[in-house]
Amino acid sequence: MAQIAILERKCNGCGQCASQCPFGAIDMNNGRPELNAACKVCGICVKNCPQKAILKLETKVQSVNKALWKDILVFAEVAGGKLHPVCLELIGKARELAAPLGFQVKAVLVGDGVSAYAEELRHYGVSEIAVYDDPALGFFRADAYTACVEDYIKAVKPSVVLVGATSLGRSLAPRLSTRFHTGLTADCTKLELRENSDLVQIRPAFGGNIMAQIVTTNTRPQFATVRYKVMEAPVREEEAKGEIKIRKIPKGVFESKVTHVSTVPVPAGKSISDAEILVVGGRGLQKESDLDMIRNLAEKLGGDWAVTRPLVEKGWATNDRQIGLSGRTVRPKLIITCGVSGAIQFTSCMNASDHIVAINTDETAPIFDVAHIAIVGDLYQIIPQLIEKLKEDRHEAV
Amino acid sequence: MLNILVCLKQVPDTTEVKLSSSLTLQRDFVAQVMNPADESALELGLKLRDQHGGKVTVITMGPARTETMLREAISRGADEAVQLTDSAFAGADTLVTAQCLKAAVTHLGGFDVILCGRRAVDGETGQVGPMLAAMLDIPCIANMTEAKVEDGKMQALQLTEDGVNTWQTPLPVLLTLCEWSHRLRLPTLMGLKKARSAKVQLFKPADLGITSCGLKASPTRVTKVSSSPVGVRPCKKISLDEVIKALEEGGMLP
Repeated sequence: MAQIAILERKCNGCGQCASQCPFGAIDMNNGRPELNAACKVCGICVKNCPQKAILKLETKVQSVNKALWKDILVFAEVAGGKLHPVCLELIGKARELAAPLGFQVKAVLVGDGVSAYAEELRHYGVSEIAVYDDPALGFFRADAYTACVEDYIKAVKPSVVLVGATSLGRSLAPRLSTRFHTGLTADCTKLELRENSDLVQIRPAFGGNIMAQIVTTNTRPQFATVRYKVMEAPVREEEAKGEIKIRKIPKGVFESKVTHVSTVPVPAGKSISDAEILVVGGRGLQKESDLDMIRNLAEKLGGDWAVTRPLVEKGWATNDRQIGLSGRTVRPKLIITCGVSGAIQFTSCMNASDHIVAINTDETAPIFDVAHIAIVGDLYQIIPQLIEKLKEDRHEAV
Repeated sequence: MLNILVCLKQVPDTTEVKLSSSLTLQRDFVAQVMNPADESALELGLKLRDQHGGKVTVITMGPARTETMLREAISRGADEAVQLTDSAFAGADTLVTAQCLKAAVTHLGGFDVILCGRRAVDGETGQVGPMLAAMLDIPCIANMTEAKVEDGKMQALQLTEDGVNTWQTPLPVLLTLCEWSHRLRLPTLMGLKKARSAKVQLFKPADLGITSCGLKASPTRVTKVSSSPVGVRPCKKISLDEVIKALEEGGMLP
């Protein structure tokens, strides 16, 4: 446990702590720094204080017996009639984390008719697959699903529980972690497991401008969500291992107060997360109709188009087209960004793409720190030329 | 009559955030604004009140400066404002924030409808809303855009990757709103007048019977913070022709 202490006798009131605190948690009051409720005890002020007048005090607290909590549990989401690929990515990551500690990886399936997916999971190296299969679990309802996963967590006491950061996972994980009164870290981009089984969770915070390392130090299990396409997908193994356990709990336990009325599926068309080639329009576009140019280029390349947050805010495109922390994470083979400056909220969600091509007029734009190749110039000149070029190439091919 | 609570968070306007040369955040000029998704939550709350009568209370937990945001909410139509502010709240993670809000909700006698933004632009966790619902043991519908109350039941449209779901729940219920789903109305002259004189109800932990909060009660701990998450690639700046050639060589063009 830690807290920040400001030593009054050393402090000269220079105010650097207040101006450099990323959370605005220090107010200057009559030339004296005062901590307010926004403090996250990150310790940046401790480092920045020229007078060394700020200390981070550690105190010991009661911890659970970590030895009683072993193994890693992955919530296996079923979406659109198949296992959501994020759960396979999580199983892959979990196996990597589990190996040095001798932990096993388990999976839990919840839903109506989900037994069918258990067999497939046996090909991904999990030691046990728990199945809660009941017609009453047909639609995802956080309260009902929580009851099932809670039942299994109580039975197997996992040290770590990983959930995909899908809209389902984002509703399920907080409800679950609340039941166990333990830590949950959202949208982790890196995970490591310490020898004492503490999960080191790294995630972007503050709009992605800083990366925070977060640890659930004294409670178990440790809950974390990870977005689709952040971890690598594991290879399916020919051999099927892992025991399937059909679990039953009394029906009343997972009765939901919520009633499903209807579902209108998204109109056919793939998610931008699944596209192999993406063309992205950013703030460099001057008007809504200029998106046609982006769409046109995407079509010529046989890919899909996407946008950055400012364009969604302007209402030019819907949220499902948005790349970024408040949109989707993508990892295509080729991504061409047009007039995108490269705010960290954006780049942290496309940085893992195989080939990044950036078009921007500003040579100093941060997008050029992540791009592999770049054209410094006006997208209004370059894109039409690029489209022309592609046409020419096609003619030649004919 | 609906008794409505809207949870608000004051966030830095992230579009203005810049890194200084020493890779620390320059905060001095960053404006503090109402989280965009919370604006939608507030507007939905005001609409529901206008249709059914009742009142809209806004609540926030944060430093003293959040009072300006609460007064802004009143100027735009909220009836009452509650502020949880004390240095003891400092360092609270999502779980403990939800606990403090729960204590306030209970203290205030409960609500029919609790509205939150689906996530804040600074932390981007989207956890406090669902956690608060879990602690109050009420249903939670996340990522929703439209909602109406009929015959004492809430009907809400939820956006997911797979489509749009419609759910029906009894009251009380907690909903988390997508950003930009409801454009927040402008302040009125009356509202501005009211905002100036309105009393913001102030709570400290002891007022709510909270004995342990803030960092020391939080299960998660920020152990390290670094300012440059994305590695810098040696980017080749080349001409259009060369780009096309490079793409062809990489087998990237159809």
